[in-house]
Amino acid sequence: MSRPYAKLPRWIDYGLIPLVNLVVAFLVAGLVVLLVGESPLQAAVLMLRGAFGYAEGFGFTLYYATNFIFTGLAVAVAFHGGLFNIGGEGQAYVGGLGVAVVALGLGAILPWWLNLPLAIALSFAFGALWAFIPAYLQARRGSHIVITTIMFNFIAAAFMVYLLVGVLKPAGSMAPETRTFDAGGQLPKLKGLFDLFGFNLGGAPLNVSIFVALLAAFLVWLLIWRTKLGYEIRTLGFSPRAARYAGMSETRLIVVTMMISGGLAGMMALNAIMGDQYRLAIDFPQGAGFVGIAVALMGRGHPAGIVPAAVLFGMLYQGGAELAFDMPAISRDMIVIIQGLVILFAGALENMFRPGIGAAYQRVRFRTEEPAGESVGEAR
Amino acid sequence: MDLSSFLDLIDSTIRLSTPLLFAALAGLYSERSGIFDISLEGKMLIAAFASASAAAVWGSVVLGLCVGILASIAFSLVHGVASITYRGNQIVSGVAINFIAAGLTIILGQSWFGQGGRTPSLFGGGRFTAVNLPGAEAIRDVPVIGPIYSGVLSGQTPLVYVAFLMVPLTWWVLFRTRFGLRLRAVGENPAAVDTAGISVTWLRYRAVIICGVLCGFAGAYLSTGQAAGFTRDMTAGKGYIALAALIFANWKPVPVMFACLLFGFLDAVSIRVQGVDLPLVGQVSVQFVQALPYILTVVLLAGFVGKATPPRAGGVPYVKER
Repeated sequence: MSRPYAKLPRWIDYGLIPLVNLVVAFLVAGLVVLLVGESPLQAAVLMLRGAFGYAEGFGFTLYYATNFIFTGLAVAVAFHGGLFNIGGEGQAYVGGLGVAVVALGLGAILPWWLNLPLAIALSFAFGALWAFIPAYLQARRGSHIVITTIMFNFIAAAFMVYLLVGVLKPAGSMAPETRTFDAGGQLPKLKGLFDLFGFNLGGAPLNVSIFVALLAAFLVWLLIWRTKLGYEIRTLGFSPRAARYAGMSETRLIVVTMMISGGLAGMMALNAIMGDQYRLAIDFPQGAGFVGIAVALMGRGHPAGIVPAAVLFGMLYQGGAELAFDMPAISRDMIVIIQGLVILFAGALENMFRPGIGAAYQRVRFRTEEPAGESVGEAR
Repeated sequence: MDLSSFLDLIDSTIRLSTPLLFAALAGLYSERSGIFDISLEGKMLIAAFASASAAAVWGSVVLGLCVGILASIAFSLVHGVASITYRGNQIVSGVAINFIAAGLTIILGQSWFGQGGRTPSLFGGGRFTAVNLPGAEAIRDVPVIGPIYSGVLSGQTPLVYVAFLMVPLTWWVLFRTRFGLRLRAVGENPAAVDTAGISVTWLRYRAVIICGVLCGFAGAYLSTGQAAGFTRDMTAGKGYIALAALIFANWKPVPVMFACLLFGFLDAVSIRVQGVDLPLVGQVSVQFVQALPYILTVVLLAGFVGKATPPRAGGVPYVKER
């Protein structure tokens, strides 16, 4: 992405500007709360209390955050390659099929710790497969990846409904979902672990897949910044022409990047299906694929930013659910607005405050013409 | 299939393709000027909500339409500010607008009307009612022509006629006026337009505002013409289908109409095909028919059925040389 504005020190670029964008997004969200006749401050307090105030709420927050780490990483990997993957929702949905295949087929035979790696592999594979066609079409036929991934979200939804209503539904059942998985298809909750430290997670569905998510975050960092493939992906993102002149295969890179992205989105199903619901049901991703866009933009594409951003959105999801009890006017759909505002201010309008902040910084720097101020400018 | 059920199918095809047509033409103006717009969905949704709310409160459908258009223009301007003034990523901005609209309609609807995100049912002057074309009653009994004229052409809501009149109008504006020429030029080569002393920014803003107006019509039709009130998430992907129709039609007004009719037809068929045995293929699953517009779009985008060539400067913010 071209950046027509002057370069600024890293702490402004990666710290101050995202923070300002986030604050503005929340201020606008606060206006919406005012508009429906509630106090934004009180809403924020209630939300924070619901998300962090007690152990069970915190467990839910981290459970949601796990989903968003996966989808956020998925969007971020594609972003590094200059690709915008809006299809995380569909890829996660189809990834659920991979998890269900393992859990339904081997749930009664193998223990969970053997099924987990299989489910990881299969959910990754199914998600990657769902991203393969848009990627291939982008690379070879020049069709726009944004449009094709949106279309594939709808196709995935129709496809999964077809499977759930027809093939996967147990005989005699009316609900469009699979049967409940056997014990080997259920990931253990972290209740016992937290009990050791004296926290009672209660019914929170936090489970071992959060460790998978954190591992995935580390591996994405490793991939993007420490491997040859990651270097190639970033080159493709900065300048496809440079990648071409350097002899990198654009087709291969686009397809591989998108498949990694789709695979990460698919792994989100581990948490939702194997970790919580123990069955594959209609529309289980519940928008997590889209939240990934906001998470990736807020985290600036870096796992170290994505994990906290995912926790923030986990907080919004959990706190928002709690908030709805005390303020019936504010349902969980408030999160969708906040999500949109974060995408707007941290993504599309990221240049809005940059010139102002840049000018202010330059003015401060010139006025305090000291070695300390100078060294900050020189540091990059 | 006898004549009357066939005409019934055509009738619902027209009704279902009307919102698509408005939205696709809206996208046409915006994208021809070089501003990609995947927020058609969100703008339709906010317009549907605003017009249903206004019509419910004031009991006037015309007022509702105006409010819907204003709401849609407001969202268009957000997209314009982000993608024209601040040169942001147009896709990201569009995604953001879709989310904001989806959440806002439910939150405000719940807070204003307390019906779980719905607006109160509209009746009387709060809805667009059918217009009977002159002579529709007189020739109703004439074979073939009678049912076609009085059953399909006549008896639609006014917005349906507006939508289909928009097609020649759009063609005329784009290809026979100075504004249209400049609009198309700014989507292909903004630098040339700028060199000619014409403001790229102002041209694109006008295109984006027109896009907002037409999305307003699309939304108002959904909630005050087709249905009697707003229900949550009532656009249900129609904005994306309109976008697909636009691409399918290669960004040209008259083909856009046919693409919208095709997608509207698929929609009408999907309701009727459920559980029916078709020759050769047997029972077609509803889900497949529902997914067909999306599958068709992907196939087309892949270049297997003709080639889609978007406006060359589409999606690229214009940076004036300094």
